[in-house]
Amino acid sequence: MSVLKVENLKAYYQTEMYGVSRNVRAVDGVSLELQKNEVYGIAGESSCGKTTLIRTLFGAFDPPLRVVEGTVTYSLDGESVDVTKIQGERLRQIRWKQVSYILQGSMSLLNPVRKIRKTFWDFTRAHEPITDAEKFEAMARNHLNRLGLPAQVLDSYPHQLSGGMKQRVAIALATLFEPKVILADEPTTALDVIVQRGVLQLLKRIQRETQSTLVIVTHDMGIHANIADRVAIMYAGRIVEEGRVKHIFGDPLHPYTKHLIESLPKIGDKSTRTSIPGTPPNLADPPPGCRFHPRCPYAEPICRRESPHLAAVANDRRVACFLVTTKENAHVS
Amino acid sequence: MSRNEPLLVIDKVSKFYPVGGLFSRTRIAAVSDVSLTMAESGPEILTLAGESGSGKTTLARMVLRLIELSEGRILFNGRDITTIRTREEQMEFMRAVQPIFQNPFEAFNPLKRIDSYLTETANNYSVEGASAEQRINSALELVGLSVSGVRGRYPHELSGGQLQRVSVARALLASPLLLVADEPVSMVDASLRMSIVNLFRELKEKHGVSIIYITHDLATAYYISDRIAIMQRGCIVEIGPVGKVLMEPLHPYAKLLRESLLEPRADAAWNEEITLASIETEEFVRQGCKFAERCESRLPICQTSEPPYSVVDGREVKCWLYAGEGKKAVV
Repeated sequence: MSVLKVENLKAYYQTEMYGVSRNVRAVDGVSLELQKNEVYGIAGESSCGKTTLIRTLFGAFDPPLRVVEGTVTYSLDGESVDVTKIQGERLRQIRWKQVSYILQGSMSLLNPVRKIRKTFWDFTRAHEPITDAEKFEAMARNHLNRLGLPAQVLDSYPHQLSGGMKQRVAIALATLFEPKVILADEPTTALDVIVQRGVLQLLKRIQRETQSTLVIVTHDMGIHANIADRVAIMYAGRIVEEGRVKHIFGDPLHPYTKHLIESLPKIGDKSTRTSIPGTPPNLADPPPGCRFHPRCPYAEPICRRESPHLAAVANDRRVACFLVTTKENAHVS
Repeated sequence: MSRNEPLLVIDKVSKFYPVGGLFSRTRIAAVSDVSLTMAESGPEILTLAGESGSGKTTLARMVLRLIELSEGRILFNGRDITTIRTREEQMEFMRAVQPIFQNPFEAFNPLKRIDSYLTETANNYSVEGASAEQRINSALELVGLSVSGVRGRYPHELSGGQLQRVSVARALLASPLLLVADEPVSMVDASLRMSIVNLFRELKEKHGVSIIYITHDLATAYYISDRIAIMQRGCIVEIGPVGKVLMEPLHPYAKLLRESLLEPRADAAWNEEITLASIETEEFVRQGCKFAERCESRLPICQTSEPPYSVVDGREVKCWLYAGEGKKAVV
């Protein structure tokens, strides 16, 4: 069952200064569909538009970021809502109860001068007209208990907790109302490997128990391999490849995905790895044609002229590359 | 290049910080009784790995003389660095030991041009005039950049990867013998990360620079380093050749660390769940082994007395499980 459908989404940062206008095309024509009860990973390097995409999915965009084209439609309780069109109270009703968002570095969202209990209270009151303190206490304790966190955290100030614990508290806050869609932006950056594992375990457990949809954005391919069901690889504002984890890691098709996965060092293998030459393009002035062509070792004349669209290929995956799609077509005919 | 004496000897070094109020006597050991020797016969890359709060950065900062030692001594080229007093001695030390920090965007002042850092460093280490220009040029070339590419540019005009390479070039101007790199690639994009890591490898192999590489990322650690020291709560729990320690870890903490590593493979999902330390500061002041609470194979003795170092299979392990095996390490 489809929960979220994004069609040809274009979100640009538009600025105008002294008569010079500038469009930074952070998300440029993204289409995707998310199912109920799945973990969808979005990978890519910094400034490829991952965070802009997830913000737009949450309906949290303010000028200079504008949605130029496209729709973000949620199917919630049989009703479909386009979050790019609604505002104010209507959007607030959906947020946190239906769709929640774990921000990048969300451990610093906790108010340093209030105990965690107060923060829980603020979050709860903002969405549920609860007045009974005992009922609230029971609800908060219950929730923490279910997530395997000690109830003592309610009596702590944020500075008394470790980074990993703060991050887990932020996740607990985001999942208080059992949202149907959880958007997580780099939920484990700045945590070390063991704490990272604990936090990811928690996210996965919540997702499994509530049968919700988890969208996880991170540049760390290892996280995707461990937690995601499907992965989308973004490059310069576009999805270049999307597919099941085992296909993406087992047999990457797009040259960028290939290089990204092959360049990762592995324990037990000391052979030389190289970086992709060049740097990601400036999104205010992206190259014509395929945006990866200046760095692509297999670029052909067509790649410089035309931009490949994300075409479906075998095994329920989509790739935006002329090399793959022409080969595929030749195979069919 | 071979030396008679090791480049760096860290001898029973500890760093304590007081915790609690003004009159509290409690102190926690950020680094406790760490000893290691680096580059005994030629340059080497040593990785310090471990969770946050394990004392990696504190140890590195003591080596760089940015913070003082509470106990123990550090010998650099046979000289005790705690006895450095005069400016000349300090300059000489800084010329030989250079830092590279985690976030290149924080290491550079956004209002200063990048080339001014390079010329200033060259002047500080009295490389002047035409030779300075030449020096800067060759340092930048070594890291894959050019003078014309950075002249007059500000930090925001460069990508994180390029900027990190500039900070490596800056460190190289002084022709150091030892680089202390604190998480140098964690802020750099995956597709550019390997260029920095490969650069470190080249510096060691072609230019004889030893490197202390601090990271969480065990995969790059395996890729470039010769030896690895796994730290936990201020102690080195296992130290040895990188192949042995990462392929078959002995200490339970090292095993957990190795297992928790996220590997970019198609069949990488974990099966078992782990417990995290709930209250961090409590682990620092614990009696006995500091990992005991979370350890699956703990013995009664672990909670009462601190384990000794044992030499097992070419590495030193600080764990009671191996205390009987092999002979006690001479520390």
